[in-house]
Amino acid sequence: MLTARDITVSLSGVPILKGAGFTARARELTCIVGPNGSGKTTLLRALTGELSYGGEVRLEGRDMRAMKGWELATRRGVLPQATPLAFPFTVLEVLRIGLLAGTDAAEDDLPEQALARVGLAGFEGRFYHALSGGEQQRVQLARVLLQVWHPVEDGKPRWLFLDEPVSSLDIGHQLEVMQIARDYADAGGGVVAVMHELNLTAMFADSVALIHKGRTMCQGAPAEVLKDEVLSEAYDCRVRVNRTPEGVHVPFILPQAAGPMP
Amino acid sequence: MTVAEASGGAQIQRTQSRAGDRRARARIVICGLAVLLAVVSVISLGTGATATSPWQVLSMLFNGEEVSLRESIILFDIRLPRLALGMLVGASLAVSGAVMQGLFRNPLADPGLVGISSGAGLGAIGAIVLGGMLPAWVGAWTGTYLVPVAAFLGGWITTLLLYRVSTRNGRTSVAMMLLAGIALGALAGALSGILVYMADDAQLRDLTFWGLGSLAGATWTKVLAALPLIVLAMAAAPFLAKALNALALGEAAASHLGIPVQRMKRIAILTVAGATGSAVAVSGGIGFVGIVVPHLLRLAIGPDHRYLLPAAGLLGAALLIAADMVARTIVAPAELPIGIVTAVLGGPFFLYILLRNRAVLEA
Repeated sequence: MLTARDITVSLSGVPILKGAGFTARARELTCIVGPNGSGKTTLLRALTGELSYGGEVRLEGRDMRAMKGWELATRRGVLPQATPLAFPFTVLEVLRIGLLAGTDAAEDDLPEQALARVGLAGFEGRFYHALSGGEQQRVQLARVLLQVWHPVEDGKPRWLFLDEPVSSLDIGHQLEVMQIARDYADAGGGVVAVMHELNLTAMFADSVALIHKGRTMCQGAPAEVLKDEVLSEAYDCRVRVNRTPEGVHVPFILPQAAGPMP
Repeated sequence: MTVAEASGGAQIQRTQSRAGDRRARARIVICGLAVLLAVVSVISLGTGATATSPWQVLSMLFNGEEVSLRESIILFDIRLPRLALGMLVGASLAVSGAVMQGLFRNPLADPGLVGISSGAGLGAIGAIVLGGMLPAWVGAWTGTYLVPVAAFLGGWITTLLLYRVSTRNGRTSVAMMLLAGIALGALAGALSGILVYMADDAQLRDLTFWGLGSLAGATWTKVLAALPLIVLAMAAAPFLAKALNALALGEAAASHLGIPVQRMKRIAILTVAGATGSAVAVSGGIGFVGIVVPHLLRLAIGPDHRYLLPAAGLLGAALLIAADMVARTIVAPAELPIGIVTAVLGGPFFLYILLRNRAVLEA
């Protein structure tokens, strides 16, 4: 289990997070949503140790600040929003960098498996910088998957932290990437994803934490959080949540269903 | 054939045939560079006012062939130390360049660029011009090392300043470091300019020669003076390779992969300062080796630092020895500063690779 409590972060003297927190469980896909500038990416960066923060983050009961870099690297992978590369690496070479920290390096064809997993089979020899933004993002996802390939190790879950993993993808690859996250959780790992796309969140998430003005407004199942009054307040516009008809009742949001701007 | 051998063979074949895998090629290139260095070295030892055939050089070196005292002095006391110094300096410059570029994630970064060479230059010029004003005991203590020691200190102090300026809360900002490096380099250049104004004619000649770089006057003492720091730096470089690869993804991504980024940056900076300071101290400002060599190698074997760093050392050494051969023969019996040779060859060549690989570089 991953718990973040009372997280505070200031950037250049401006308080961005003022006591945000959430809980994420293994076997679950936890999505962090919120309007632009609410602090959701900042929260993820605090979680990954990129920013110094107030408050407490515990991973399986241990204070994450007390964990060493190499130890964290074997427990969780982090997918940033975009990763420009300084030098002309091939896709295979980028993936091999992902195996640096891993304990799974023994399996020789893992890079190929990971590429196939993100729908890029056969891309090993391509130059990373010649790929499209969406392809680069999926190569990075494959790299992060390689770092923590097995969702459970020594009986302990491993974690994926994804920062807007579908932001530059078409709908087919959005579904593909969300399914990868879903499968990772189903196989016993934990996934925390910062999401803009509320419909995909509703479809795939087990738990949704809504961040608003640097605080956690609420956390719960998608149906509990994705509600008219909650979203309208958080996003400061009128939002109408609908439900898919038969059986599943997944909430969905159409901009057209919102009323005129107040 | 045993089962283990069979599977080992299959493994090798697989590695070679796998798309996007340049490791096998890198190994072949490194072996080729080692051969190149050996060949260039032997030719260089036989080249000069007294020409000696490569076979005779080999025979003198390894069979202890009886030769005249004159030939023996030329080989062992003049050309061999110069060769050794060329190797050390060439390898240092190229590896420093490669480490610096990896650290800054910028293929144009170079110890010259962040002011370390300028700082070392200021130290050397200061020693040449103001050396006479120092109390006698300093001169007695440092002896002929005064200029090299001053150059090394200048490079070191510049690096420390640079590090202090660009590091806040334990984080080194690469952008800050590049910009501060330009400022510090300009400042060192200006101070050097003032010193040049104060210099007399004899000192000016020394300064010109030193400023453009030269391996002339190489002695075993100089080689031994440069050796310890350069060897230390070269020994540290392989341990940086994996971290530099991870750093290509950015500092955050590298730390997520478990790389102790701050510690690694500190080691990289010390490595570069040590190697560059020593190289500039014994040979002056030799440009372009640190930029051209890693560039060429990245095109040939890719940017994986585990292969790039050793390959850069070998090619840098070979290139500098070849350039030195040109420098000491082209206007014989006089000698050109080697920096002129590397700049004349390196400048246009550098432009050529930039233009040819524009697509790769601009991505």
